[in-house]
Amino acid sequence: MADQIKPDELLDKIDHTPERGDWMHTAVQIRPGMYCYSANPASLETMDMPNVRKWDPLDEDWKLPENWQEIIHNGIKERLERFRTFKVFMDICVRCGACADKCHYFLGTGDPKNMPVLRAELLRSVYRNDFTTVGKILSSIPGGKKLYGSRPLTLDVLKEWWYYFFQCTECRRCSVFCPYGIDTAEITIMGRELLNLLGLNIDWIATPVANCNNTGNHLGIQPHALMGMMEFFTEDIEEVTGVNCAPQFNKKGADILFITPSGDYFADPGTYTCQGYLILFKYLKEKYGLDVTWSTYASEGGNFGSFTSFEASKRLNAKMYLEAKRLGVKWILGGECGHMWRVVHQYMDTMNGPADFLEEPVNPITGTKFENAKSTKMVHIIEFTADLIKHGKLELDKSRNDNVKLTFHDSCNPSRSMGMLEEPRYIINNVCNNFYEMPPNTIREQTFCCGSGAGLNAGENIELRMAGALPRATAVKYVHEKFGVNRLGAICAIDRAALPTAMEYWVPEVGVTGLHELIGNALILPGEKKRTEDLRFEPLPGVEEEDDE
Amino acid sequence: MNQKYLVPLAGVFLLFLVAYTGVEGAGLQWLFGVVVPYAALLAFLAGFFYRVMGWASSAVPFRIPTTCGQAKSLPWIKQNWVDDPDTAGGVFVRMLTEIFLFRSLFRNTRAAFHRNEKNRLSYSWEIFLWVGAMAFHYSFLVVILRHLRFFTSPVPGCVKFLTKMDGILQIGLPELRISGVVLLLAVFFLLLRRIFDAKVSYISQAADYFPLFLILAIAGTGICMRYFTRVDIIGVKELTMGLVTFHPVIPKGVGGLFYAHVFMVSILFAYIPNSKLMHMGGIFLSPTRNMANNNRAVRHINPWNYPVKVHTYEEYEDDFREKMIEAGLPVDKKE
Repeated sequence: MADQIKPDELLDKIDHTPERGDWMHTAVQIRPGMYCYSANPASLETMDMPNVRKWDPLDEDWKLPENWQEIIHNGIKERLERFRTFKVFMDICVRCGACADKCHYFLGTGDPKNMPVLRAELLRSVYRNDFTTVGKILSSIPGGKKLYGSRPLTLDVLKEWWYYFFQCTECRRCSVFCPYGIDTAEITIMGRELLNLLGLNIDWIATPVANCNNTGNHLGIQPHALMGMMEFFTEDIEEVTGVNCAPQFNKKGADILFITPSGDYFADPGTYTCQGYLILFKYLKEKYGLDVTWSTYASEGGNFGSFTSFEASKRLNAKMYLEAKRLGVKWILGGECGHMWRVVHQYMDTMNGPADFLEEPVNPITGTKFENAKSTKMVHIIEFTADLIKHGKLELDKSRNDNVKLTFHDSCNPSRSMGMLEEPRYIINNVCNNFYEMPPNTIREQTFCCGSGAGLNAGENIELRMAGALPRATAVKYVHEKFGVNRLGAICAIDRAALPTAMEYWVPEVGVTGLHELIGNALILPGEKKRTEDLRFEPLPGVEEEDDE
Repeated sequence: MNQKYLVPLAGVFLLFLVAYTGVEGAGLQWLFGVVVPYAALLAFLAGFFYRVMGWASSAVPFRIPTTCGQAKSLPWIKQNWVDDPDTAGGVFVRMLTEIFLFRSLFRNTRAAFHRNEKNRLSYSWEIFLWVGAMAFHYSFLVVILRHLRFFTSPVPGCVKFLTKMDGILQIGLPELRISGVVLLLAVFFLLLRRIFDAKVSYISQAADYFPLFLILAIAGTGICMRYFTRVDIIGVKELTMGLVTFHPVIPKGVGGLFYAHVFMVSILFAYIPNSKLMHMGGIFLSPTRNMANNNRAVRHINPWNYPVKVHTYEEYEDDFREKMIEAGLPVDKKE
């Protein structure tokens, strides 16, 4: 981190006006700070990925199979038949440029190939050359390629794909503005699937995927270690509240299986959110007898497989239903997460359903039927908690969060792939007295990515991440300066892992929080002691003054 | 100068010349007035059909709408049923707003970054692309509909009415048709934007300039015939009605300008299925817009869904049984 680029240097680099010239003839420069290390061969092997070997992106030779062009060609062909999105999106872009300045990476780097349209054109140029009639004819005429904007698949093109498809967080912001709904996430997904056919994954994705497959979660936390972490949380909560909130694991016959991203077990401030879940479940158990179990086998809500290929995604996701079936729960509750919910909401039922062994989810405490989840049978904890609050089932002391001046970062996937906009705000307004929205073009469906999603939350690509976080951070800075905001709320584990670094870099006065941390602070547990500290062991508002008196 | 737009410009000029001199010099009226239009129409219909069927034959494995508003959720939360529809009716309305009002483009913003002590990134509403696109598409539509008077006899009342409304300003003689002027201005705007907006210029291909120049030339020749050279309308209609009734005739007294106009229209039609202009068909098939966000309520079927290898609980327990027992976790098999 010491030799990392300074904010001022990064800002100096930004120029949104591309130089004149032809992007196709500007060869890719793979630059340290902007890319992630290549995948560990052992991790690729675990997931039966092809072309397993050690390689370095900076090397000339990427150790590709001899027929790599044929592999990619056939891979594109197969995907054109399997995904209408891919085929339509290859064909209909008019290059109107509406998406050009919507990407956080373009805004933060000024690199024209981070304009969503150009990211797609990297692939489209090859598609035009190899898969369209006109392209095939024109490529045989001198100068024809140039007229049609097509080019053959060379090693330089492949390297360019690798560099830029791992500079897209699949956040879908560009898709909101596209008059045809062209979704760059879909194109990046295809691009990464193709790259994986040649063993060209990055380690920050491949190793979590292998871990998740073997140990149940991305971080590779083994069952006993997970229990150890939970003990720490339980002790901390007991110190703050005086109540033992220990969770139960792998319990057969529980009402609900709870699955959250493993980031919440592992690092601050996600851990506080995790403690919030424990407090909530303890409360519901004591007051209403709700029996929630966690699982060590399905101890991962997130799905880095979805940043690899649909097959890898399906393999990891399958565990949720398998575990729910084995434990015989009624339905599944999911934690605060972003891409996890892209997979659960848009893919899980299709990939691994039907979940006919589960019941249509009903909140046993309020009687609310979660109609919107009646087939997939998995409910987002934000929906669940909002429903509890609406029915007055939670006793909350929101003044305990009075030290928090909150703004809310809509995470990409809950906002642009689910449409979950009001539920978190409802919760916030019930647990927090000081809530300030960021400017309208930076929230809700127009929200900006944290800059580290889709498996790009590594250490070695810090310049890319900080550049990508700039649009989000600038909006936070605005409300920080205007309203004194000191906390950024988010309902995504990647946000909780990535945004603290981004805030430290751009707006050091602002911390990051999950919403269930705020609930954990506000919720009045039966039999709790007089609380003087919040879950971060910071004094509650008013406590210091009382001590002085 | 940039050959990305010079080549298409020269190409369009050449197309014009080919038809104009072909008729004026070589007397190829039959070729440019009958053979080419029929061939172009055939190419358009066959190509369009082929492309749309090609898209339709690809599977839709997942339901992946881009949600641009509040989803249907708890009963007391107000859904944005147009931007985030969960029913076929909502999707229908969303598609109408996309197709007829360019809903998504309407949201367009322009980002600006100022490197100073504030370092502010700001976003302002950018309506001009939307205005330009709406003006272009609707004026083009009116122009096409107006041209139905050449292909129908008697001319339907609605076409007459549209033509009358289009000339409602009653300027000059023959009276000025608003759609033609708007079309020209809109194409010019889109062209200038493509050339002078650095970002758009950078992403543009020759294939983006070509249709703009072509449409410009088509509109230009049309306007020229109506207001300046005063083409023989009776003769033109004789030819067009001949085409429609499959009894083609070549009228006397219709000059090369008209044939150049018809030739370029033919080229445009034949060009559509082989180009980005297919967005007119593609927008209907875009899965991020034409699907309902009812993913967790209604199961979507992937036609090529295949079984995958899964690391089962049994395998997991085998790996970790002792550690699990030690940590007090329940296990299925004790030994």
